[in-house]
Amino acid sequence: MRRTLFESLTRGPLTETVPRPQDSGIAELAAAVERSARRRLGRSLAIRQVDAGSCNGCELEIHALNNAFYDLERFGLRFVASPRHADVLLVTGPVSKNMREALERTYRATPDPKWVVAVGDCASDGGIFSGSYAVVGGVWQVVPVDLHIGGCPPSPNQLLQGLLALLEASAK
Amino acid sequence: MPSLQSIVTQGRAVEAHRPWPRVAVSPELWTAAANELAEGRATLLGLWGEAGCTVHMALIGEDNHDIAVLSLACPELEFPSVGRRHAPAIRLERALHSLYGLRPIGIPDQRPWLDLGFWDRQFPLGACSAPVPQPYLFLPVEGENLHQIPVGPVHAGIIEPGHFRFTASGETVARLEERLGYVHKGIESLMTGATLERGARLAARTSGDSTVAYGIAFARAVEAALKIDPPPRAHYLRAVMAELERLANHFGDIGAICNDASFVLMYAHCGILRELVLRAGETCFGHRLMMDRVIPGGVTTDLSSEGVTALRDLTQQIRDRFPLLIELYDNTASLQDRTAATGILDGTLARRFGAAGFVGRASGRDFDARKTPGYPPYSGLDFTVPVLTAGDVNARVWIRIREVEQSLALIEQMLEHLPHGPIAIRASDGSGEGLALVEGFRGDVLVSLRLEAGHVARCHLRDASWFQWPLLEVAIEGNIVADFPLCNKSFNCSYSGHDS
Repeated sequence: MRRTLFESLTRGPLTETVPRPQDSGIAELAAAVERSARRRLGRSLAIRQVDAGSCNGCELEIHALNNAFYDLERFGLRFVASPRHADVLLVTGPVSKNMREALERTYRATPDPKWVVAVGDCASDGGIFSGSYAVVGGVWQVVPVDLHIGGCPPSPNQLLQGLLALLEASAK
Repeated sequence: MPSLQSIVTQGRAVEAHRPWPRVAVSPELWTAAANELAEGRATLLGLWGEAGCTVHMALIGEDNHDIAVLSLACPELEFPSVGRRHAPAIRLERALHSLYGLRPIGIPDQRPWLDLGFWDRQFPLGACSAPVPQPYLFLPVEGENLHQIPVGPVHAGIIEPGHFRFTASGETVARLEERLGYVHKGIESLMTGATLERGARLAARTSGDSTVAYGIAFARAVEAALKIDPPPRAHYLRAVMAELERLANHFGDIGAICNDASFVLMYAHCGILRELVLRAGETCFGHRLMMDRVIPGGVTTDLSSEGVTALRDLTQQIRDRFPLLIELYDNTASLQDRTAATGILDGTLARRFGAAGFVGRASGRDFDARKTPGYPPYSGLDFTVPVLTAGDVNARVWIRIREVEQSLALIEQMLEHLPHGPIAIRASDGSGEGLALVEGFRGDVLVSLRLEAGHVARCHLRDASWFQWPLLEVAIEGNIVADFPLCNKSFNCSYSGHDS
């Protein structure tokens, strides 16, 4: 373990040392998120993720926000374990009928002020699953949505951009 | 007692079902097949219904690995329960009843499955009728000093929804009962009438973490039904994507299991390796999860020479970094203390349930669809299927570690011998029936479909999780509640794949 820790100390953070073209937006995004997050909510924004029927693809990419490359927490954005601790509900999936009540109850359990972000193409209108007997078809049909982040699934960069857009809109 | 082979010869063969036989059987032969399963001479691959009052069962013989589908017409809306003799069929039959309204006669558990009482109709895929509200009763637990802990459907982490009902005696779990179905999207109903393109997109969204495996399984079933074979390069590119998917998921799992034992260092480092694989997917195939890259007839995206270089760099980077992490896992006593001897799954149960992937392999079952029945290009590649017998969380971690090594070797071999030529042929507008069994990262995915004039008339997709979820209930028994996340993550069953 000493070896791994020592290596990590000497290698420097990955977050800054990977200048790949697709990552060029991150630094810019980082500065912008920080500015608006501070203006609106001080330094922190607590996010509760709710899977309302997703194929789990969106969850994988939301997870990726926590890895060393994106390091979501440096913006003051963090995932929390309960809706009662949350400012933002990040909802994925077309809302299966079996999850509608659970989503409504999660929304009611979240204290005001709160925002709902619908993540992924199927969260906006049911996407490929719309028309099924088992699907409501879009998060907005169940709880008020402040922002849609499209993509199937959206990449971590798109997710970061979406959270930024929410911050800017709510700060106005 | 007729063997599986003689059951197949006694049944009436259905033409145009490929590549394995499908036979229409009598209730007697159906019951004889259930006995074959119960006696351990065959393993259940799937059990599903069809509108028009038919039930189907796919089996594989234990001695000669023959695969067959048995179909039983049930005009009276009932059929002899397989679950009565063979427990792994029980949830499949409960789901079949909830979706199609066909009654398994003699089933020991008659409660609905997948139908949680929120749909506007009963039996949505069969004779639809108005829903009949009924309370769902969890299994009774008797004894002193027991308390219950209901968890979910909304869980504490970024994970899928499902309900877990724990009954604990102090810290020790006396019983776990799962209730699933929260992410049921009715994919089977959406498949009916879909074009091949839409069908492939639906299959790719059955379980997002296995999108490549589902893509291949759907494509192979279509190709079997239409009697077409994609070009050799397509087979190789599919397998490259499938092994990248396996790598990404295994890194995610190894890290997350260690994280559930509060060892964040492994989680951070495995997360880096996972991200590198996803970025390679984006670079080489234009999508981080490589979704919709496999289509009936081949693949959509060719691998450029830059892509080959990127993949070579990737495998080298992993080969440089992963051994250190293996050493870290192996030498951290506090971590081993959590994973070793935790959540033990007995080998007999693993075999009886046909547990696939790392769940089966950590408990002595060496089944791998890439070997048996096998499909291209794997028959021409050199790889081994790791097997352990301890059956604990630690063994499931080690199987993943060994599979990472195998996948790296497979990708390197495939890049070395990548055939030239086209990457797809046109899937015609034909008709026919096809069955495919494809090895995803968590086990075999089964797809059975019938095509009519180039459209999907019926398609059933069965996730490996169907045979793993029930075993998690057993593995957690006698462990402390705090070890559940660890056990659960080491199984990593799919909610969406199961509920579909």
